[in-house]
Amino acid sequence: MSTEPDLIIIGAGPAGQAAAVEAASHGLSVLVLDEQSQPGGQIYRNIARNAANESKLRDILGRDYMRGAALAREFEKADIDYRAGASVWQVDPNCAVSFTHNGTASQVTGRRLLIATGAQERPVAIPGWTLPGVMGAGAAQVLLKSSGVVPMGRIVVVGSGPLLLLVTQQLVDAGADVVAMLETTRTADYLAAAGTLPGALRAPEYLRKGMAMRRRVKAAGVPIHSGVRGLAVLGSETAKGVRFGHGGAMQEVEADTVLLHEGVVPNVQITRQLWCDHEWVEPQRYWRPVLDEYYNTSIAGIAVAGDSAGIYGAEYAAVAGRIAALDAACSLQKISAADRDREAAPLLKQRAKYQAIRPLLDSLFRPNPEILTPADDDTIVCRCEEVSAGAIREGVRLGATGPNQLKSYMRCGMGPCQGRFCGLTVAEIIAAERGESVRDVGYYRIRPPIKPVTLGELAAFDD
Amino acid sequence: MYKRLPEGDDLSVTFDFEGESVSARPGDTVAAAILVSDAGHTRTTPVTGAPRLPYCMMGVCFDCLMEIDGVPNQQACLVEVRDGMRVKRQVGARGVDE
Ligand SMILES: Cc1cc2nc3c(=O)[nH]c(=O)nc-3n(C[C@H](O)[C@H](O)[C@H](O)COP(=O)(O)OP(=O)(O)OC[C@H]3O[C@@H](n4cnc5c(N)ncnc54)[C@H](O)[C@@H]3O)c2cc1C
Ligand code: FES
Repeated sequence: MSTEPDLIIIGAGPAGQAAAVEAASHGLSVLVLDEQSQPGGQIYRNIARNAANESKLRDILGRDYMRGAALAREFEKADIDYRAGASVWQVDPNCAVSFTHNGTASQVTGRRLLIATGAQERPVAIPGWTLPGVMGAGAAQVLLKSSGVVPMGRIVVVGSGPLLLLVTQQLVDAGADVVAMLETTRTADYLAAAGTLPGALRAPEYLRKGMAMRRRVKAAGVPIHSGVRGLAVLGSETAKGVRFGHGGAMQEVEADTVLLHEGVVPNVQITRQLWCDHEWVEPQRYWRPVLDEYYNTSIAGIAVAGDSAGIYGAEYAAVAGRIAALDAACSLQKISAADRDREAAPLLKQRAKYQAIRPLLDSLFRPNPEILTPADDDTIVCRCEEVSAGAIREGVRLGATGPNQLKSYMRCGMGPCQGRFCGLTVAEIIAAERGESVRDVGYYRIRPPIKPVTLGELAAFDD
Repeated sequence: MYKRLPEGDDLSVTFDFEGESVSARPGDTVAAAILVSDAGHTRTTPVTGAPRLPYCMMGVCFDCLMEIDGVPNQQACLVEVRDGMRVKRQVGARGVDE
């Protein structure tokens, strides 16, 4: 693209797609970059291909997934410059975006930027989680959506959250052999969540869906153990099973594949690299960028919508994308502030509706405290550099007061994932050891490039 | 070990993984194709040389780093298979910018 687009959007999930459609409808020139080969983001991954084929997979993935087909069609029809397979590795505060596409690095500067990079699964640091045979439950769902692939042999699913239950139900429906579901959610959590019920307008529908999924899982003969503790993956070369404490006794279950999940957390890699202001969110214990009501960050011209702005789910993400696009159209003088507010009004109502369920979900599915600060010193926290919980505690004893100091002592967060899978745990451990709050302990400084970029790709840098 | 649902049996793409021929479905990522073909680990770690398989399948954990068509440190979960592609394990690479 030689001309400067009005709006660059990073991410083609529900937030990015809806924002692109809305912005294009107001006459903005829009460039959408996404590193996947197909639009749809995480929830609607591979939706166009799956919607085009009559298959059992469509029934397995269900109606909430198929809902993504309508948005995909709108996105496809709109006047949008969409680059699939474009991986963004640097963003500058003037809305200059550097990315690699088809082996070539380039930079485009937009008049405005919307970051819609979604969420990632929260790291589940338990003993053995780096063994082959262990993956995220969301990762198993990616395999199902994009390739129609399921684990073969005995599967144990472990953790908490709506996605854990959904994936388990989908695997069961796909005929996979789930031999146990080990929930870290306790009965006490269910009781505490009941206290938030009056505010949750959509709770009945949501809870009905959740209960129906549970019934299907149980009907398929999968035992569900709630409130499990003391989790460890067994095995030395590959995963062989899971050890867990339940009802006061330790038990073991054999498995060929172990799927872990403790909810999802915002992908803050780009907003961190940009030095946007971030805030700590309880009770889900994650960071998100500080935003105004139209999703603008602390840096002028840069907004964030969808799960990368805080976890509210796919429907909320699409509405948020539209609201952010309206504000972009307004600030670029395509529509007046009065038009923006008039068009945003019904969206704000929808947003409130989708938000209402969150207090319930957030308190019900609090992350298992044992994965936040792993007690066993040998548990690997930084998967890339293989830094254990014990080594991090040792670093704190040696005087490290925050994640960045620890990084220089121990190399944690220095590997290719740049802390995406250890940043939260490292901060939790430091906070616990020092008796401080994670809010005060902070997070890694993230430096570009945030994605692999080779010299060959840079040689062709065409800005 | 992984298996395909019955509708996923159009295995018309063939690529080379460490000298072995691997069949894949058009639209598979390299990571998915290697998992389902049970071809062993995707990378080893730089510190202890531990074997790893893809963990996140969405571009955040970097345990799927591989050398693809001569380019090191590629995230195999983000790259679609192409006929004739040459894929190798990433052995012990450290950063993304090396
Ligand atoms: C593995 C996984 C599976 C999930 N499955 C479900 C589900 O089945 N049902 C459900 O309700 N919720 C699911 N979720 C929750 C999900 O986060 C939201 O429901 C929804 O997808 C959020 O939409 P979004 O537009 O904010 O982000 P996403 O849908 O996550 O889209 C973000 C997009 O940004 C792209 N991106 C990220 N970083 C870069 C970069 N540096 N360069 C270029 N592109 C980039 C990604 O490729 C992705 O396509 C899942 C989450 C995860 C992590
Ligand atoms: S499997 Fe995690 S980055 Fe590819």
